[in-house]
Amino acid sequence: MLYFTRWRALGIVLTALIVCLCAVPNFFPEAQVKTWPAWAQRRLVLGLDLQGGSSLQLEVDSNYVKKEKLDQVRDDVRRVLREAKIGFTGGVTVRNDAAEVRITKDTDLQPALAKLRELAQPIGGLMGSSGQRDLEVADAGGGLIRLSIPETAMIERLRKTIEQSIQIVEKRVNELGTVEPIIQRQGNDRILVQVPGLQDPTHLKELLGKTAKMEFRMVDPSVPPDQAQQGRLPPESELMPAATPPPSNYVVKKQVLVAGGDLIDAQATFDQRTNEPVVSFKFNTSGARKFSQATQENVGLPFAIILDGKVISAPVIREPITGGQGQISGSFTVQSANDLAILLRAGALPAPLTVVEERTVGPGLGQDSIDKGELAAYVGSILVIVFMLVTYRLFGVFANIAVAINVAMIFGLLSLLSATLTLPGIAGIVLTVGIAVDSNVLIYERIREELRGGRSPISAIDAGFKRALATILDSNITTFIAAAVLFMIGTGPVRGFAVTLGIGIITTVFTAFTMTRLIVAWWVQWKRPKTVPI
Amino acid sequence: MTTTQLVLISLGVLIAVLTVVSVLGLLPSLRIVPDDTHFDFTQFRRISFPISATLSIVAIVLFFTHGLNFGIDFKGGTLMEVRAKSGSADLAQMRTTLGGLGLGEVQLQQFGGPADVLLRVAEQPGGDKAQQAAVDKVRGALGESVDYRRVEVVGPRVSGELLGWGMAGLMLAIGAILVYLWFRFEWQFALGAMIANVHDIVLTIGFMSISQVDFDLTSIAALLTILGYSLNDTVVIYDRIREMLRRYKKMPMPQLLNESINSTLSRSIITHVTVTLALLALLLFGGHAIHSFTAVMMFGVVLVGTYTSIFIAAPILIYLGVGEHREDAPDTAPPAKKSKV
Repeated sequence: MLYFTRWRALGIVLTALIVCLCAVPNFFPEAQVKTWPAWAQRRLVLGLDLQGGSSLQLEVDSNYVKKEKLDQVRDDVRRVLREAKIGFTGGVTVRNDAAEVRITKDTDLQPALAKLRELAQPIGGLMGSSGQRDLEVADAGGGLIRLSIPETAMIERLRKTIEQSIQIVEKRVNELGTVEPIIQRQGNDRILVQVPGLQDPTHLKELLGKTAKMEFRMVDPSVPPDQAQQGRLPPESELMPAATPPPSNYVVKKQVLVAGGDLIDAQATFDQRTNEPVVSFKFNTSGARKFSQATQENVGLPFAIILDGKVISAPVIREPITGGQGQISGSFTVQSANDLAILLRAGALPAPLTVVEERTVGPGLGQDSIDKGELAAYVGSILVIVFMLVTYRLFGVFANIAVAINVAMIFGLLSLLSATLTLPGIAGIVLTVGIAVDSNVLIYERIREELRGGRSPISAIDAGFKRALATILDSNITTFIAAAVLFMIGTGPVRGFAVTLGIGIITTVFTAFTMTRLIVAWWVQWKRPKTVPI
Repeated sequence: MTTTQLVLISLGVLIAVLTVVSVLGLLPSLRIVPDDTHFDFTQFRRISFPISATLSIVAIVLFFTHGLNFGIDFKGGTLMEVRAKSGSADLAQMRTTLGGLGLGEVQLQQFGGPADVLLRVAEQPGGDKAQQAAVDKVRGALGESVDYRRVEVVGPRVSGELLGWGMAGLMLAIGAILVYLWFRFEWQFALGAMIANVHDIVLTIGFMSISQVDFDLTSIAALLTILGYSLNDTVVIYDRIREMLRRYKKMPMPQLLNESINSTLSRSIITHVTVTLALLALLLFGGHAIHSFTAVMMFGVVLVGTYTSIFIAAPILIYLGVGEHREDAPDTAPPAKKSKV
């Protein structure tokens, strides 16, 4: 136990040294570290609870996604049956998470089923190998056909929705000029947005809370809004509220002239005549063509600019707009014009997002937490170090060296993994200091016992290490299991605690098995002790 | 130079001096537990088991009558930490301002300095959007008069999930550790450790119920840490028991358990002193944010964990039938050594 070959000793010292050195970038200012080679740039990341910032968890409205898909199925069914000249009664209805249609003639049922089954696509496109389809077409008896979406197809659809949403969210967050935001998927239907340094997420929440579905439609001048409200609404039109007060309504055609997807640019500017904030926009080629055609046909009539089901403004077309450019005015403030431009540039979300969790820490509290955590860490370490010195004297010095290496290695590993350090994480490190000496205590107490049992110093030390190491391994694995579970279930600060606790256990076992042994072995070789001062 | 720095530096000097003195071998040898300690821990089970049973029942009763003070992680709602810019917060006025918002009861609590206020708004009916609206209302009412140091809003869906995950994690950890111990020891040991474990958690939950500290995700973290460290202790003693079982085939079980506990006693105490010192530093200097976390851990690790491994986990092995037929086997170890262990 006390004999190390030269190479082994060198290997141990080098390993410890390299891991410790990984912590070095943390001691230099960030700007300076940026100039170093990429492999040397890894450093600790401070959690939002320490550096301040905002963390939002957004949820995609899965009911909306499902309803939208079913609406699309309903339209498809209508189209397919009409094309095939198959009669159905009562229209196509969406209910109980399925679209239903009743075929009028019994003889039409089988052809209808066959036609509708063609609507079902393999999940995952042509590359999909599961053989499952995204639509289940079933004969419900009595001429009724039910089209429902299987669970797997729904999950796949939700996954795609999340992926698209993340891209849009990324664009919107980046437009705010934030530093290194983190945007990632969380579970099946959530997105995690973390913005370091953001003190007040109200504006961000406003930006992310809008779907930003933009549409240009014609206003229907045949019915005044107040009459339409009483139910005299033409079937091809609908009633829509105004986006800005005073509360009013517009009757607009259901047909969409151009949609927001055809926009390629939007900027907030000032109107040259009125000096009001406006948003200027630019269409892509197909959008420009559609817009130009629509304006040519409707000169003198008002059209509505609609965002998320609300009419921003309804200007009258004075002349055909052929350049594919235009501007939206609608009693904007500078801020709201800017926001609209951001939303239009980033594009529409495929489904609405809801904030389900928000955690924001101001920079003041963050700095306070760092200071308090640091102080607690120093005081805790010093108390433990003094106690070890008083209890074990020379061997206490050995233990303290091992603990110092241990803590340096924890920081090294955390930096190497670019792990996030949180306040509970600092607590984890302090706790590790308390528990790391335990391995030394186990070894030393065992040596004391062996000495009492009448062994010679060297044989007692040897036996002490041999017997204690097995115990150290066993007892640390149980704590490691607890840390691993914590890592799996925890988020944010708690996960930070699990990380430092787990890494602390690994370094503790490493130092107990190598560094402490090596130090004691060197001492034994050098001193050839007749008694052990323990 | 601040006082803190001064204290830290003088402590650093103390360490340096102690280190030099230690290296020179000038310090007297310190034995926290005398070498010839032979306390009859196993006999003590006739007292400790009824005590533990009673305490566990009390804890369970408390849990059902008093309940836990669920934090917003598990209950949903809003928590805000604000600091009055004027330097001292007018709680009465804030109460009136916020009371008129129609958000139900708004709890205000002063902590730390006179300017710091912790503000809790219960979960609002109407799903996730309603919580967001509540925060906006509070922000609007308090306006620029305060600094928003921390804002946490947890919606109903997330809080339900967090609680579920927390509980599942606790179960998973106990299960995983049980399986590990089963592989490394015999099943009786795994079962004994498990009983000790549940005992720890039940008592700690009782403590959280009495003290009404916030029960949130960090509490789950504290519980899991308590679990890990209590087991750490138990495993050290079990390791020794296993070793003794192999070495002394004939020693009666109560005596063997006593020897095992007594010979690891010094280590148990020293380790707990170091952990206590570390936790004490966190409790005193770590600040408000981790206060309940360290308080729970202090109770669980220091008070319950140590007691459990010595007075519950070890003696319970007798009832689980470890070493029942020991007397039949010959004792292979030299009898002379027995007295010295």
